[in-house]
Amino acid sequence: MQSSSEINTVSKRAARAAGYSWGIAEEVGKCISSIEMFGIRGVENLNNYFKTIKDIKPEGPKQIEENNKLNDKSLCPIYTGLKLIDDYKSVDKIKTLKFIKLDYPLLLLPFINKLSYLIGKRIQVTIDEINAECNLNTCILADHKIKSLIIKKANTVIITILENEDNFSSKTWNELYEISTETFVEETEQSKQTGAGAGLQDND
Amino acid sequence: MTINIQHRDPNQIMKLSRLGCFHQSKLSFLRSFIREFKDWEFKNEIFDLDKEGYGTAVYSVSNKERTYSLVCFANKLDDAERSDRVIATKWDAAFVIHDGLPSKDDIERLRENVPKQEVGRCSFKELALSRANRSVRVFNHVIDSLSNGIQPNKKLLTEVGYLYRTTAVYGSGKFGLADRYRIKDRPEINGPFRIEMMLVYLVRQFTFDQVNHIAHKKSPNQSVKLDLELSRQLGIGNSTGLGMAPFIINHPALLHQWIYAREEALKQIREIKNVSNDDFEMFKKLLELSKKNVNNWNTNSEFQNIKIAQLKEDIQKFEENYLCNMKVDKEYFWDELYKWVEENLTHEGVEYIVSLMMEPYDNIISLLVPQMSSDEDKYFDIPANRTTDELKSSIEKSYPNIIEMDFSIDKSNENFWYISKNKEEPRLASRFEEPGAELEQPLAIARDIKELHDRLSSYNNEKLSKFLQENTDLRHIVRRCYIVEKLPYAEIQDNSIGSELMPIDMLRLKLSFFGAQKFDPRSDKWLRICMYQGAPLMHEINKSNDTWIYN
Repeated sequence: MQSSSEINTVSKRAARAAGYSWGIAEEVGKCISSIEMFGIRGVENLNNYFKTIKDIKPEGPKQIEENNKLNDKSLCPIYTGLKLIDDYKSVDKIKTLKFIKLDYPLLLLPFINKLSYLIGKRIQVTIDEINAECNLNTCILADHKIKSLIIKKANTVIITILENEDNFSSKTWNELYEISTETFVEETEQSKQTGAGAGLQDND
Repeated sequence: MTINIQHRDPNQIMKLSRLGCFHQSKLSFLRSFIREFKDWEFKNEIFDLDKEGYGTAVYSVSNKERTYSLVCFANKLDDAERSDRVIATKWDAAFVIHDGLPSKDDIERLRENVPKQEVGRCSFKELALSRANRSVRVFNHVIDSLSNGIQPNKKLLTEVGYLYRTTAVYGSGKFGLADRYRIKDRPEINGPFRIEMMLVYLVRQFTFDQVNHIAHKKSPNQSVKLDLELSRQLGIGNSTGLGMAPFIINHPALLHQWIYAREEALKQIREIKNVSNDDFEMFKKLLELSKKNVNNWNTNSEFQNIKIAQLKEDIQKFEENYLCNMKVDKEYFWDELYKWVEENLTHEGVEYIVSLMMEPYDNIISLLVPQMSSDEDKYFDIPANRTTDELKSSIEKSYPNIIEMDFSIDKSNENFWYISKNKEEPRLASRFEEPGAELEQPLAIARDIKELHDRLSSYNNEKLSKFLQENTDLRHIVRRCYIVEKLPYAEIQDNSIGSELMPIDMLRLKLSFFGAQKFDPRSDKWLRICMYQGAPLMHEINKSNDTWIYN
């Protein structure tokens, strides 16, 4: 088995050899080793992508907008991912972004995971029929089948910034809270006097 | 009255000419390894060698919660095949640190792979990998002497300093070894290179057990064991080439933590108001003892011999002109001493005295050692929402000398760093005489900083994200600027590709933090060193004194 460090190093060097700058290659190394840790086939997707760009110059969006596409070719997942994390403040304002025709979209996932960390919010990703959710660079939730996929091109990738909201109703929360109070000791007059540090009145 | 000493200026300390004068200290990793593991149980589990000393041995290091094992494979090697170069494919012995006690199946798996080193595969159950060659000068002499019932020549042993020389020690995910993240939360390895230091320490014990075994098999009735005092004076040699040099550029956060620990120790010591007589006496005693190491420092390198002569001269000057008149009754004694040293001695002498000043202060050093590891990932992200003007100001503050360098002249660009195809190891070559410069590694930090600073001049307080999009070739160097902004000792403040570069300065910096002694440059690109000379033996480690390096 290749170690995470080997995956990082080889992906970085391969990215440089594929024509990316060293600084971008460093990001690619980190990204591929991170999605491999989540069980997604980063190395396979990257290797296939590099074969397809031997004779073309990959490009990303010049600006991050609601709808992003290139006129004459597909978007590069690496340049697109970098633009997303470099412009994360703009992304957070736009909320929902669409990318038309994007090569090897699974390679975008680690960048979106990083983006989620930078913004501090979960991000939902839809790659044509596949859904995933990136959570503050700590995990990627997705259909199990995503682990076996090599996706050459997505017609549409939609990313939606999810607001930080509770996942449960206030009624459920209150019920759970009530149960938790059963670990508390009932207060008495004596405990009010002696059980805490400060006085009952601290108007000094 | 208290005084507030400032840390030394990174723009002075981080020059290669200064870093290349660093010496071992109480912060060094092999010393902190012994302090950390001295209460663990060290044991020989398997010793299955034939009469010529070939076979398998396993040593364990355990406490109640965990066991680490060194698995050794000693193989026959023809003299013609013995080479310390990284291009070698066979060695006298190969070693691996296994996490836990290895099963029979583990040992068989390792036997198939460990002797092959870079072309074998380890698993996540292994933590460090190494190989070593015998010192031809010493090994046979020791066997002959012991088998004839006499001890070997002490002078020869002292001169060489070891029975075996390692030629590489790999860790952290190389060749399938466990990634650092798998073990980083273990308290006993909360210091850099702990596992590698463990490997070298146990290999040292194997070399003694092996010579005793061979001598006994050769002459069962007459042989004697290697004298314990002679054994203590032997360490493990190491041949180190350029592989180490890029490491300190590629791990800026880690480099900062190492240098910062040294600078913080010096600051705290200089701030001591009343120095005790005991602490001063300890300093003087260890200075006296340390002169033995300096006097036994043998090398054919003219470069190193000049430095050794400087050091000897510095020590003499310090003793005769300063130390002999000093008493500790003055407040801030160490601060005054340091100021004299900085003003009157060369860098060799200054850094030597700085290392010795740390010796009495377990209380200061023990808190700094655990901070000498670092997670590079914490500093990886570029704050692309900041502005180009902010970045330019930051560069002017962090790299004042580098932005004054002239990279339009050839001698500033003389060299380039590359990775060799056959061994995947770093190399240095002349840009104007050798091929491959188009495949240069991103290690020309000073040149790229200067270029970044120049290009930023044409931007007017714009978002950095725009700059990054238009200057993708400088993304790696923008990242470094933000690391150095937070971690001032993260960068070597020198030109790593200029014609005056001495790569062995970079090697010595790293090896001094390892705790190596007797730097013996064999060219400007590789050197030999000795580790653990004077260290306690395995059976006595729990009684060891932290000043063993001066024994």
